[in-house]
Amino acid sequence: MVSLSINGMLVKVPQGTTILDAAKKLNFRIPTLCQHDDLCVAGNCRVCVVEQLGGRSLLAACATPVSSGMQILTNSLKVRAARKHVIELLLSEHNADCTKCYKNGNCELQDLSNEFSVGDHLLLDLTETKEYTIDRFSPSIIKDDSKCIRCQRCVRTCEQLQGVNALTVAYKGEHQKISTFEELSMAEVICTNCGQCINRCPTGALVERTYLDEVWDAILDPEKHVVVQTAPAVRVGLGEELGFEPGERVTGKMVAALKRLGFDSVLDTDFSADLTIMEEGTELLTRLKRALVDKDPSVALPMTTSCSPGWIKFIEHTFPEYLPNVSTCKSPQQMFGALAKTYFAQVRKLDPKNIVSVSIMPCTAKKYEANRPEMRSSGYKDVDYVLTTRELAKMIKQAGVEFRKLKEDKYDSIMGKSTGAGVIFGATGGVMEAALRTAYEIITGREVPFEGLNITPVRGMEGVRLASIKIEECKEEWSFLNGVELKCAVAHGLVNARELMNRVKSGDLIVHFIEVMACPGGCLGGGGQPIPTNEKIRKKRTEAIYAEDMSMELRKSHENPEVIGIYKEFLGEPLSHKSHELLHTHYTERVRY
Amino acid sequence: MKDKHVKRVDLIFEKIECRDVLEKIIDMEPDAICQEILESDLKGRGGAGFPTGMKWRFGSQEESSIKYIVCNADEGEPGTFKDREILDQVPGKVFCGMAIAARAVGAKAGYVYLRGEYKFLIPKLNEELAKFHRTMDEFNQNFRIQVRLGSGAYICGEESALFESIEGKRGEPRNKPPYPTTSGLFGKPTIINNVETLVYTVMIMKYGASHFKELGTKDSRGSKVFSVSGDTPKAGIFELELGMSVNEFVEEFGDGDTKAVQVGGASGFCVPRKRFEETIIGFEGVPTGGSMKLFNSTRSMYNVLHNYLDFFTEESCGQCTPCRVGCQQLLKGVEAVKRGDKNSKYLDELVKLAKTMKRASKCGLGQSVGNAFGSIVENFKEEIIY
Ligand SMILES: Cc1cc2nc3c(=O)[nH]c(=O)nc-3n(C[C@H](O)[C@H](O)[C@H](O)COP(=O)(O)O)c2cc1C
Ligand code: SF4
Repeated sequence: MVSLSINGMLVKVPQGTTILDAAKKLNFRIPTLCQHDDLCVAGNCRVCVVEQLGGRSLLAACATPVSSGMQILTNSLKVRAARKHVIELLLSEHNADCTKCYKNGNCELQDLSNEFSVGDHLLLDLTETKEYTIDRFSPSIIKDDSKCIRCQRCVRTCEQLQGVNALTVAYKGEHQKISTFEELSMAEVICTNCGQCINRCPTGALVERTYLDEVWDAILDPEKHVVVQTAPAVRVGLGEELGFEPGERVTGKMVAALKRLGFDSVLDTDFSADLTIMEEGTELLTRLKRALVDKDPSVALPMTTSCSPGWIKFIEHTFPEYLPNVSTCKSPQQMFGALAKTYFAQVRKLDPKNIVSVSIMPCTAKKYEANRPEMRSSGYKDVDYVLTTRELAKMIKQAGVEFRKLKEDKYDSIMGKSTGAGVIFGATGGVMEAALRTAYEIITGREVPFEGLNITPVRGMEGVRLASIKIEECKEEWSFLNGVELKCAVAHGLVNARELMNRVKSGDLIVHFIEVMACPGGCLGGGGQPIPTNEKIRKKRTEAIYAEDMSMELRKSHENPEVIGIYKEFLGEPLSHKSHELLHTHYTERVRY
Repeated sequence: MKDKHVKRVDLIFEKIECRDVLEKIIDMEPDAICQEILESDLKGRGGAGFPTGMKWRFGSQEESSIKYIVCNADEGEPGTFKDREILDQVPGKVFCGMAIAARAVGAKAGYVYLRGEYKFLIPKLNEELAKFHRTMDEFNQNFRIQVRLGSGAYICGEESALFESIEGKRGEPRNKPPYPTTSGLFGKPTIINNVETLVYTVMIMKYGASHFKELGTKDSRGSKVFSVSGDTPKAGIFELELGMSVNEFVEEFGDGDTKAVQVGGASGFCVPRKRFEETIIGFEGVPTGGSMKLFNSTRSMYNVLHNYLDFFTEESCGQCTPCRVGCQQLLKGVEAVKRGDKNSKYLDELVKLAKTMKRASKCGLGQSVGNAFGSIVENFKEEIIY
């Protein structure tokens, strides 16, 4: 333990603690910008400088470990002068047209300049003589360099959490900027659209491309029947934007709010998550049968999940040789979209051309996914607009809906019914768990041998997790699986996905089934979720997801009555011709940069 | 008072038999080497002036099977060209210095980080290196050196940015601590020294610390190689005893009309005529990595300052706010004052800003912009305004 004093108060902290954390212990908040709990220390914004008595220069509190006997001042004259200068400097280089900014009211630089009353700028406005690029080519992400403060959170996110490295630092001195390979647009490079950078950007330099106006127009158009689907992770995140604590579930209120906003049918992506399990589970079993019984050498194993569009784009760029291994199932969002304009239209007797299909996602990659040319199997664009959790919160505010006071409501039908298995899609390991709950039962006729159906080995926050389940006493038609130990791997955060795939590639790891979620923690930690998102918050949302699962009447996808119904009335059986037409897709190799 | 104002010294370029020095140090205990260097009071010649013996001792105390010796030959400071000359004239002595450091701390690998523009030296260095490695073999020493070429960024001379660069990353300074002796190149304990520093360690091991200490003053022992440029009839490279005043220097090198001397390049201080007498060139006065630039009365100090600010605005790595934006503000600020868009009071604001840059910047670059700025604005205010 190290003893030091901060503003005259003594504190003891473990060796290696930063001044920032030591101060936190004494309830002194030191302002920061480049610091983020998920990322390594950068120490480059210099907002957190503090004074050490007797020291010549100031110290960056986020980057400096405490030492014994240190006397730190977090609010001295020198500190205040420097801090104010730093904020003024950042503002002098920043397009401070705050009222017109998408992040107005949710900007860390704005908060700081407010806190330090940086009113009348003494320094020169440098933005007047600079040329900034605004990149609007991506369907998911807008990158506006005029608002960038070079904290490099995005660069660190892309490198350390995602292992993608689409964003890099280019040039030096006054020309230094955050850029991409050869300054191509975000749409042309390896960017997976995961939006983790957006979630960490302290200003409005990286934001989601919003489709709010388009959605409002559709809602307010009497000709249109607007269908909305909500992803599992939205219900455990939305509350944070609307005054609830992280981890508070707001499913019923969210449904009520969506109805008040004027959506004609409020439905659930969890339904198509259950459907995904039927298709993907069957696909896995079929692949296993071809490998084990037919000894077909062309069958690609391990099979990987395909629900995370960030993961899909990542593998298309970085491991294209493994594309045959990716499940051909569309993601739940896109399955839902294809069915909304076919099955749903048919049952509800609607003309698909009048249906506008909207999805609320914790994800920015879903915006890209909805725009993929393959995603038009209904004959129309299957999903017209994708909004993030944050955008939904904005809609609710715009409409003046008092969210807190809403009474809980229930999803409409059809395509609104779900099980706990669909809900846990929102957490890393959830698809694996849902698939095992169903597959094991199909094969053996018995429930998975885990207490309360909770397959805990696949849960957790470890970057890569391995689990296996021994299959015994199979039903007649699955007897070829008797004695097989089904081996599974789960990864979340693309940096971990890369590690996992490298292990598979080197032959060091042999598994049958892989689940990958592009975002840390799974969808609940998605790029479209409330800001901030960090480890602590992800854990809270995870608890909420599993609590939601436990609260459901049905916990296994194959028991979803609407899923049973759609096979009976419309699809036939999993992997049927119709399923293939509507619910499956293919992938494309992409550039390496 | 010394009898001769400016005393020439010939240690750095003295042709010696490095073999003999190597043979001697190989038999010495590592700690005895550190002790000898420590006793010499040698301070780093790269600019920061950290006691070399102390650096080596810190390095030797680290527990690590891998340690590195890095020779900083990036020489990016405007107005310095002495390391080039040293590498050209006595490359063997530079390698010898690295071998002494390696012996002192227990390192097996060394790097010479060579300024990109000095590429032409590579054939010569490689030839000399082959000779050096043969000698090491003869002595059963497994210390090996590689030459790495920089890519032209001034910031890559900053030690931690230099490590990043060798590691193949963007040359951006790291947070300190940890210092290089704890975690340097590839995260391993590393001794980084300037070219000239390393050669002095050779001469100290050859002639003894006491011999070296006979030269210079209490705070600035020994001699130093100066790169003299600007308005002088004697531009070039000179090894001089430390401890002279700027006045003595100007008497020797000035053209009779010297109004200011920039000591230490862009990151150093500008000494005006009225301070020549009282200012000692050395760690007790104005330290210098070797650059001495003289300005006579025909020079506009506004232009001089503008040049330096231009340089820093370009050469800042750009990662930290005070330096990246501060440099632009200082540059645009003096321009605005010159144009009359801002009144002279604005210079006071800029001086305050430069102080923040000194205190709050992440590395030595941003921290030293205020040196030239403060000293020029303070002493030549009229030239800046009118
Ligand atoms: C911006 C910047 C540039 C530097 N450039 C050089 C350089 O070109 N050569 C050098 O020896 N030291 C340079 N230094 C100093 C090094 O960081 C380091 O202190 C030095 O190499 C240590 O060697 P010494 O103790 O022998 O002087 C620079 C420092 C800064 C902040
Ligand atoms: S002071 Fe300048 S050069 Fe040094 S880290 Fe900061 S921006 Fe880079």
